[in-house]
Amino acid sequence: MTTIEMQPPRLTVGPFAWLRKNLFSTWYNTALTLAALWLLYALLRPALQWTLTEARWGVIEANLTLFMIGQYPRDQSWRIWLAIYMLGGMIGLSWGVWREAARGFAFIALGAGLGFALISLLLNLDTWINWLIADAVLLVFYASGLILQRRGTTIAALGWLLYFPLVFLLIAGMRFIPWLPPVATGLWGGLLLTLMLAIVGNIGALPLGILLALGRRSKLPILRYFSIGYIELIRGVPLVTILFMANLLVPLFLPVDIRPPDAVIRAMIGFILFEAAYQAENVRGGLQSINRGQYEAAQALGLSGALTMTFIILPQALRAVIPALFNSFISLFKDTSLGAIIGLFELLRIGRAVLAQSDWLGTHREVFLFIFIVYWGFNMAFTYGSRRLEEALGVGKR
Amino acid sequence: MSEIDKNQEIIICRDVHKWFDSFYVLKGINLTVQKGEVIVIFGPSGSGKSTFIRCINRLEEHQKGQIIVDGVELTNDVRNIETIREEVGMVFQQFNLFPHLTVLQNIALAPLWVRRVSKNQANESAMQLLKRVGIPEQANKYPGQLSGGQQQRVAIARALAMQPKIMLFDEPTSALDPEMIKEVLDVMIQLAKSGMTMLVVTHEMGFARAVANRMFFFDEGQIVESGTPSEIFQSPKEDRTKLFLSQILSH
Repeated sequence: MTTIEMQPPRLTVGPFAWLRKNLFSTWYNTALTLAALWLLYALLRPALQWTLTEARWGVIEANLTLFMIGQYPRDQSWRIWLAIYMLGGMIGLSWGVWREAARGFAFIALGAGLGFALISLLLNLDTWINWLIADAVLLVFYASGLILQRRGTTIAALGWLLYFPLVFLLIAGMRFIPWLPPVATGLWGGLLLTLMLAIVGNIGALPLGILLALGRRSKLPILRYFSIGYIELIRGVPLVTILFMANLLVPLFLPVDIRPPDAVIRAMIGFILFEAAYQAENVRGGLQSINRGQYEAAQALGLSGALTMTFIILPQALRAVIPALFNSFISLFKDTSLGAIIGLFELLRIGRAVLAQSDWLGTHREVFLFIFIVYWGFNMAFTYGSRRLEEALGVGKR
Repeated sequence: MSEIDKNQEIIICRDVHKWFDSFYVLKGINLTVQKGEVIVIFGPSGSGKSTFIRCINRLEEHQKGQIIVDGVELTNDVRNIETIREEVGMVFQQFNLFPHLTVLQNIALAPLWVRRVSKNQANESAMQLLKRVGIPEQANKYPGQLSGGQQQRVAIARALAMQPKIMLFDEPTSALDPEMIKEVLDVMIQLAKSGMTMLVVTHEMGFARAVANRMFFFDEGQIVESGTPSEIFQSPKEDRTKLFLSQILSH
């Protein structure tokens, strides 16, 4: 028998054919298309006109630093740049070592660096050089990651583990290091504070959430009931109440001779406690998705419970719920705006502060649109990166 | 066929009973396995044969009677159970490979973390086992990229990596497409001939005829009949055995 070679039928059509098929196939389709176009124009024209001619974007330009870092001492802003360079380095290294898994985030970071450099140039700011340095660091570390190959995985993993505590120390400062004087958290503000709250909240919450999820499935009744009680208690009340409680109660629970932590730290504790309950439920979903056969296979090999969890169950469970974990991350990132209610100068509250300046009265639309774009841009970038990560991690799973 | 040490009873089961809640699954199983023996257990579904071999590495707990494996009695003592599990390898019907690890990692994981051998040594032994089951070229793939027969051979290699004294097979070919059954059985036959003590739950009567020393027919939680393959195939004593054999051998 001869093998029959046959190409699949070609279905691709040009843009004009697509237009005709989908938008102008009949007379009423054509009418609807035209009506929709007119409606779009009518709606967008004033918006565009306002954006391009009437809006006083000077309010953003004049307060850009305030929006970004709040009252953080200007002469200490090199620390934030250093944190950004380190982030570039870590992303670059991860890209070189893990390839596809980190590529989405690397593209985003490179693009953001270039974009911000361009914006800085347009606004006549000398920060364009910093953004280009960040991109350069990223590329250098990417190259070194490529050279290190698989040996670099441990370095990259350790790097990420150290990165966030180091950045926290860098930004908070230490009394014992003369060139790194402490910066009171009351001075942190704007996007910097928003990001710190979101990152600390999530990173603190994930391990706690994993423990709670394991606790909830534990055979030990005390552990199980504690976990269930905690999760259901936290999930049953709004975040704002938890933030208020953290603000008022954390000092009460500490011994008298310990100075109570300031408002930002208290808020961070509140966010961690809140987020842990949700992450616990995410992780529990992942744990439940694991086939019983996986436990049995691990047990049959003589793996102890702890080894089974560490090497077999948790890696699969966490991988299965990456979308949910990232979803919670984005949620918390936006929820940090509630920090405004307990007096933190995060992005939203900085916006209100800017609006109170006598020079910029009545620029609500500009300010809120800007804040809107910052939140949205961050989340889009993050969503893109995480989706690429999910795709890359899907390897070998059908 | 390999040597069987008549004086070394490696598995002793005395009057083993088990219930799933109120459902009576094992009704007094008595069975002793000598070192190096190949035992085939067969019977209709629901007869308790899988449950029985799962009791031997305590994936299921028996509630009455005694199971002694390699001189250690299975009790609730966790250390005993872990010791036994290191000595007893198991191959499952559904393979149960770890999908997030490569083939090589699947095999090397337990020696690395339970036996605490070096990473190089674990990987080297894993490669040798892969050669033994005939798929060294698949070492760096993920289980999902392999055919069922290949996956089951990896599962056998994974169990062998712990250098067990006993291998349990729970219907190892039941989930396989027909053309892949032979490649798995070949590996098992080769293993049987190397002197491994094996307990195999299977309906592959060709395999039983080729390498089994003794066969046990399970029905309704009891051993109905046991004997050598020739006794079972040529002159089964019990009517239930005859009926079951006629059902599975008729085509």
